[in-house]
Amino acid sequence: MPSNLDDYRGVCVFIEQARDKIASVAFELLGEGRKLADKLQVPLSGILLGDNNIRALAGDVIAHGADIVYLIDDPQLKDYTTSAYLAGSLQIVNRYKPEILLLGATTMGRDLGGALATRLATGLTADCTGLDIEEGSRNLKQTRPAFGGNIMATIMTKRHRPQMSTVRPRVMRALVPDPSRQGKVIEEKMPAFDMTARVIDFICQVKTDAPLEDAEIIVSGGKGVGGAKNFAILKELADVLGGVVGGSRKAADAGWVPVSSQVGQTGKTVRPKIYFACGISGAIQHLVGMQTSDVIVAINTDKEAPIFKVATYSIVGDLLQVVPMFTRIFKKRLGTPE
Amino acid sequence: MKIVVCIKQVPDTTDVKIDPVTNTLVREGVPSIPNPYDMHALEMALQIKDKYGADVIAVSMGPPQAIDVLKKAVSLGADEAILLTDRVFAGADTWATSYALAGAIAKLNPDLVMCGKQAIDGDTAQVGPGIATRLGLTQLTYVVNFKNVDVEKKEIVVERKLEEGPETVAARLPALLTVLKEANEIRYASLPNLIKSVKLEPQVWDNKVLGLDPDLLGLKGSPTQVVKIFSPPLREGGKLISASEEEIVKIVDQLMPQIRSEASCAI
Ligand SMILES: Cc1cc2nc3c(=O)[nH]c(=O)nc-3n(C[C@H](O)[C@H](O)[C@H](O)COP(=O)(O)OP(=O)(O)OC[C@H]3O[C@@H](n4cnc5c(N)ncnc54)[C@H](O)[C@@H]3O)c2cc1C
Ligand SMILES: Nc1ncnc2c1ncn2[C@@H]1O[C@H](COP(=O)(O)O)[C@@H](O)[C@H]1O
Repeated sequence: MPSNLDDYRGVCVFIEQARDKIASVAFELLGEGRKLADKLQVPLSGILLGDNNIRALAGDVIAHGADIVYLIDDPQLKDYTTSAYLAGSLQIVNRYKPEILLLGATTMGRDLGGALATRLATGLTADCTGLDIEEGSRNLKQTRPAFGGNIMATIMTKRHRPQMSTVRPRVMRALVPDPSRQGKVIEEKMPAFDMTARVIDFICQVKTDAPLEDAEIIVSGGKGVGGAKNFAILKELADVLGGVVGGSRKAADAGWVPVSSQVGQTGKTVRPKIYFACGISGAIQHLVGMQTSDVIVAINTDKEAPIFKVATYSIVGDLLQVVPMFTRIFKKRLGTPE
Repeated sequence: MKIVVCIKQVPDTTDVKIDPVTNTLVREGVPSIPNPYDMHALEMALQIKDKYGADVIAVSMGPPQAIDVLKKAVSLGADEAILLTDRVFAGADTWATSYALAGAIAKLNPDLVMCGKQAIDGDTAQVGPGIATRLGLTQLTYVVNFKNVDVEKKEIVVERKLEEGPETVAARLPALLTVLKEANEIRYASLPNLIKSVKLEPQVWDNKVLGLDPDLLGLKGSPTQVVKIFSPPLREGGKLISASEEEIVKIVDQLMPQIRSEASCAI
């Protein structure tokens, strides 16, 4: 336990990157971190670890809101391994002592976060959906869903620093990058450590169309779609709008959509501009994954369906008729050839 | 080879009860199941055992009723079972949980520790990395497949599933794996194992056995504190709309600006 909590100052974001590409969640965390840093009147920094071209990425971190980038450029950081990234980030956190440290709730952020919090002997709150500063105390209030989203809990780490949180992609908003923003880049050396694992192969399977998390328009279907074949009418609407198809857990369990397209507590968190919920009842576990969408269009035959409690447009009707109607009218407005 | 599998007992329903005084979850009296991910971790351990031979030890920390998940593990083929139970362990967050589990695992000195990807009650995925870090085990999370385990050479090769695709990692033993559901299909219990599980008297370890610092255990040793629990806020729903052509046209016209701006971005 650190003897003096006041030795810790500043908000810091772990900048996740793989193969010289910064993960979008890092920019979202910088957007949120900027708000927290301004409230606390402290600088916002980023930890950027990698090799070779990593320096070229520092400017982008600053443009997205950081005042300082702590950087380690070392060949041992080429691939993500827990031991190397733990050693690098420990070095920076122990030297610069931020009071708050944010990571993406991704495979990398969760892998590193759990190890880092253990070594720093501090608290780590997973999958936060809300972060705020407590009046008077400077403590971070971390809000997250638990028990499949049935309850929300606010969690604090009062006696330990840094206060650590992971946040899922698409929960926070990135700032519009400002290339004229000024910031400092501080380079650190990689400390000696024991490399216990090495990546021997990686197969990139990123699809060419936008992943669900990045889609601006999502047409999702549930049990009410009635079968894999009927998903074609959802796909048609998605295609007209340049969107992608998603599904509820029941749709994924039935194999109507791939598990990777499941939205919700045990699936993806999405935040599109428009979310179409077709034949989805709106169980709380589904809602937690999509209720921050800008606009929700729900189509359901049951006027009591809970999805209507969160929908911007609550259409009572048969999706097999309503969805093709949307497709036809959108096509007309967009001038899409039949 | 010795493999420890960490299995947590979690509530079966999503009916949660909260102790209004301590703000912690009340587990006693709530119907429980083994954490589903942990069963896939156990299955992977059993497959390693089938292929190379191993002693599989199931460990669970929780109230006395957690013996049920250990019985389940033995019915599927675990060789031994240890229940960690003590009032001082109660109310632990992930940091304090990994302290207690690591304390027990240190006594067993395994080649491999297997955890589930996460527990479905808290969904944190932090206890596995916590144990690995405390014991200096090579940490391998999000594992879907083991390719090779070589105790002589002290090496394991696994496939991890990342967002962008599968990754193959060669790592030094001892190691800790956290396992995904996609990893395998869980086997059925065999009759002899089932009989063995019914009779099972697990070893019960309290903190007198572990000898850990009570100030770092349970609620007291947890750096994070739950300060408030509340129901998720719902957004304002709109009023019900009938599915007529006229209404749909109105909605499309209101949505068009969002779609147009997308189209112009693409150019
Ligand atoms: C721990 C936990 C985690 C979970 N995680 C997730 C998750 O990540 N994502 C998720 O989605 N669920 C999750 N669930 C499951 C969730 O509780 C619900 O069971 C699920 O979301 C329901 O899916 P659904 O809405 O497709 O099906 P249903 O609840 O069966 O709803 C089908 C709806 O379709 C309507 N309908 C039927 N025919 C038509 C028609 N022709 N036109 C229009 N409407 C029609 C019906 O009125 C009904 O409202 C989780 C559950 C638990 C316990
Ligand atoms: N009380 C416990 N007893 C045994 N194993 C546990 C316990 N808590 C967590 N684990 C293990 O750690 C994994 C991750 O848990 P969590 O960090 O709570 O999501 C679980 O899948 C279990 O394998």
